[in-house]
Amino acid sequence: MNEIKLSIDNREITVPQNFTVLQAAERAGVKIPTLCHLQELTPCSGCRICLVEVEGARSLVTACSYPVAAGIKVKTHTERVLKARRLVMELILSDHPLDCMTCEKTGSCKLQDLAYEMGLTGSRIKGEQHHYPLDLSNPFIVRDYNKCILCERCIRICDEIQGSMAIDYAHRGFNTKVSVPYHRSLTESDCVFCGQCVSVCPVGALTERSRMGKGREWEFQKVKTICSYCGVGCTLVLNMKDGEIVRVTSDREAGINHGNMCVKGRFGFDYVHSPDRLTEPLIKENGNFRKASWDEALDRVASGLKKVKEKHGPDAIGVLVSAKCTNEENYLLQKMARAALGTNNVDHCARL
Amino acid sequence: MERLFSIEEVQRLQKTLSEARNPQRLRVRICMTGCRAYGAVEIRDAFKAMIDEKGLTTKVDLLETGCHGFCARAPVVAIDPHGFFYQQISPRDVPQIVQTSLIEGKPVEKLLYTHPQTGEPVALEKDVPFYREQMKIVLRNCGQIDPTRIEDYIARDGYLPLAKVLSSMSPEEVIGEVVRSGLRGRGGAGFPTGNKWKFARNAQGDVKYIICNADEGDPGAFMDRAVLEGDPHTVLEGMLIAAYAIGAPKGYVYVRAEYPIAVTHIKKAVADAKAMGLLGQKILGTHFNFEVKIKEGAGAFVCGEETALIASIEGRRGMPRTRPPFPAIAGLWGKPTNINNVETFANIPPIIHKGGSWYASLGTEKSKGTKIFALAGKINNTGLVEVPMGITLERIIFDIGGGIPGGKKFKAAQTGGPSGGCIPSSLLNLPIDYDSLTAAGAIMGSGGLIITDENTCMVDMAKFFLTFTQSESCGRCVPCRLGTKRMLEILQRITEGTGELSDLETLKELAPMIKDTSLCGLGQTTPNPVLTTLNYFLDEYKAHIEEKRCPAGVCKALIRYQIDPETCTGCGVCRKACPQKAISGKAKEPHTLDQALCIKCAICYNECKFDAIKII
Amino acid sequence: MAEILDLSRLDNLFEEHQGEDGALIPVLQEAQNIYGYLPEEVLRCISQKLKVPLSKIYGVVTFYAQFYLDPRGRHVIKSCQGTACHVRGAKGVLESLIRELKVKPGGTTADLNFSLETVACVGTCFLAPVMMIDKDYHSKLTPKRAVDVLKKYSQKPEREEA
Repeated sequence: MNEIKLSIDNREITVPQNFTVLQAAERAGVKIPTLCHLQELTPCSGCRICLVEVEGARSLVTACSYPVAAGIKVKTHTERVLKARRLVMELILSDHPLDCMTCEKTGSCKLQDLAYEMGLTGSRIKGEQHHYPLDLSNPFIVRDYNKCILCERCIRICDEIQGSMAIDYAHRGFNTKVSVPYHRSLTESDCVFCGQCVSVCPVGALTERSRMGKGREWEFQKVKTICSYCGVGCTLVLNMKDGEIVRVTSDREAGINHGNMCVKGRFGFDYVHSPDRLTEPLIKENGNFRKASWDEALDRVASGLKKVKEKHGPDAIGVLVSAKCTNEENYLLQKMARAALGTNNVDHCARL
Repeated sequence: MERLFSIEEVQRLQKTLSEARNPQRLRVRICMTGCRAYGAVEIRDAFKAMIDEKGLTTKVDLLETGCHGFCARAPVVAIDPHGFFYQQISPRDVPQIVQTSLIEGKPVEKLLYTHPQTGEPVALEKDVPFYREQMKIVLRNCGQIDPTRIEDYIARDGYLPLAKVLSSMSPEEVIGEVVRSGLRGRGGAGFPTGNKWKFARNAQGDVKYIICNADEGDPGAFMDRAVLEGDPHTVLEGMLIAAYAIGAPKGYVYVRAEYPIAVTHIKKAVADAKAMGLLGQKILGTHFNFEVKIKEGAGAFVCGEETALIASIEGRRGMPRTRPPFPAIAGLWGKPTNINNVETFANIPPIIHKGGSWYASLGTEKSKGTKIFALAGKINNTGLVEVPMGITLERIIFDIGGGIPGGKKFKAAQTGGPSGGCIPSSLLNLPIDYDSLTAAGAIMGSGGLIITDENTCMVDMAKFFLTFTQSESCGRCVPCRLGTKRMLEILQRITEGTGELSDLETLKELAPMIKDTSLCGLGQTTPNPVLTTLNYFLDEYKAHIEEKRCPAGVCKALIRYQIDPETCTGCGVCRKACPQKAISGKAKEPHTLDQALCIKCAICYNECKFDAIKII
Repeated sequence: MAEILDLSRLDNLFEEHQGEDGALIPVLQEAQNIYGYLPEEVLRCISQKLKVPLSKIYGVVTFYAQFYLDPRGRHVIKSCQGTACHVRGAKGVLESLIRELKVKPGGTTADLNFSLETVACVGTCFLAPVMMIDKDYHSKLTPKRAVDVLKKYSQKPEREEA
């Protein structure tokens, strides 16, 4: 990729020619605020928070979408820019409930952070606000469209990364709203509850139902782990409060999944704290289970397998490995099957 | 209709058709588009029957034309070769016209237009002041030919420019000619057309597209409708020449579904041109291919914006996207695309025919050629006028437009539709072109010219435009979705008498910011009507706020209707018409209006024959 | 909804637009011509046949003013609120229609006789203020004349089927 030179806030910088102004600014160490921007999604340039001045351009341009060009002069913090960003923020806040005291998103809300940076407690410009009912009609995702800033992140991630295309804008103008067809529940749509939309929502419009009333953002202990559901091995971040998982988030910078997750990884964690969950080996005797130590249980398995092998030959044994295991674990198990048990009857649950 | 296989064939056909068109032949030209709403169909039938009856069928051509422009006088009919002009006629007048004009060759005096100043009847079309001041380039065929007959178009030099381009010009030369003409986009922004073509020509792409923007959405503008209805081939030919210049094998006409006649005529034009080998594969036996499809819009003003229009053709919500990349680089389905509007394309054939230098000799230094304006509102001669750039507003409104009806005073002219601004009477001498209008805070836009008089409230006018643009906002970007909403709410408060002076400051803060920060042209121009009215009619805003008074007597919350007992004759019309039964009184005695019941619907005001209902 | 829709009426449409890029909007327009509005079953069928997700179709249908999700009246009134009409008193005309029909713009009367709509400009500014009822123009209206015009349409029993 050819590199080009441009100036940002009077500093010359060289960047690849396919960069946006925002990427160039990042490289130059210049911070430009954003709301709707997410590097992996096509820019929608709707929020207008990343506005900058490009010398010669008629109006302000959005850094997230504006391509760099050789010799352009970008100003990111002129009075014109700062005033515009502030007024745009005021407009967003003029149709926002400002209920940060009880909002689950407090502490990780991009809108709140920006308002804090700008010293805005609200908007001077008052007017009609939306009053949509809170949507609690599904077990995983709480939708509060009064808080939605129409950044389009949820729509774009659903379309471009997840491929579910379950949601889109409906209506237009002031009545524009993110919606499933006929404004029904997500359960009546093409939604697969991957929760990708929740993970990218910058405000409190989309939150995990599991966390409702379970604590503030800064109280959560974040534990990085690997998802136990399948062999993909997604990196998860367990959000713990008092030893209990309240929700699972992800890190867009980390792991092989780059923050993307499926319904199981994101919402399927209730088993962790289930009272029915097996916590120690059990041995069935006379139709009843009794507790046993690991040594006893493994001995029993080994002797049982040996007995079968002696009586019916090794081919009477089959080994079924699991998609929940890593490749390495699966490899070891088939090795044990062939070398120790002497059978080629190895199969995998993902083939079923 | 025979297919033409070479450039020479179209030139030969043109010659034959042109020679066959005897200028001395009797012709009746009836507007069958705009005038249809005033009974043009019945008039045509009456002519047909009468011509048959008098045995003139072989001697007279009955031409169903497009718009003649003088819509205020609809239905209109012109008689050639004399050039008689008849207006506001009914089927009853037809026998007399046939007898006097077609048979005896004389005008029917009582059906002629009366000169507003001299009071004398004007017999000839060319002498009617409305027509006399015009210069018709784009509208040269409108009202002159039957738009559904390709032969009529060809007879008047149609498709000769295409033949010229294909036989003797390289694409670069075509673009050079358009650059030389100085033509700027007639859709609103006024971008130089030649340069736009150059970008699309130079863009890399296996396929390129031409789009004709016929989604004329500006309320108050109807010239694109008239051109498509009255002369569809000129648009098609403009597209063909653009396609040749840019190297585009495919094109679309994106036309408003609300214009059914325009849709029918352009579809017919496409089919006929195709049948004659003027469109499609191997056009006129050359290697030039161009296919055109018609797409009907689905009712969204914002689709006049290039990227929204593209989204709409692709079958998506018509939401504009951020530029760059511009459509010339990545447009329809990501391919280089050139979009011009109807009037722009219609200018192309004459430019090629007579040369760019000829075109550049018309108009002002930076705005060349002519512009069509749609005159509407409080003006006598509502209709379409084509005038050279640089003409003053005063000449359009008073010389051509015939001034303000009812002896009222001119207040302002709104140019450029909801994205434009108003021009007050102090600027009546402004020579109209792209740059002068922009300097005055308005825009050329597509050429809507709405005239207001002393009874128009400028605050209400600004509110009206904002209501429209707000409801047409796509909703994507914050300044347009929320900013214009907040501006509208402020205007609503002001017109309801609850505005405060600080509201004006907020408007002045919001308006320039929305212009500077919105994603597309819609948001960037929405504040114009507010800014210009604030600029030129601040007193009117202040009267609403400080005195709770609407000087023009429009804003309902600030006015009352009252019956003047001196003027009231007690005829009872208002009493019977009032839906609230708020008016009482005995016959032939002055009536009274109960303010508690009145909902200010203005029915009594409109119905009273004696002007006894006063607005206070 | 009790009525059973004959979805086979869409077949020709799909055939005609097969493989066409950007076919969604023309298909929706023609489907609406067939059914008078766009019932959910029709949208689902179009979604399946054109392979466009229903969410996108719903987004398109609610974006463009031309599309309707509910049945329309026998007569559709389009009260023009364009600039020229506004200046000549279109608001009073509309208010009078609203009072007479007891529906808001976008609504349909209880007897399904009229649907009332506003339109931004029908391009016949010389007729201002104007309204269209079905395909007829009614020009130079006053609040009272507009209501008088309705009477002509109120008596007609049935709309002829498309």
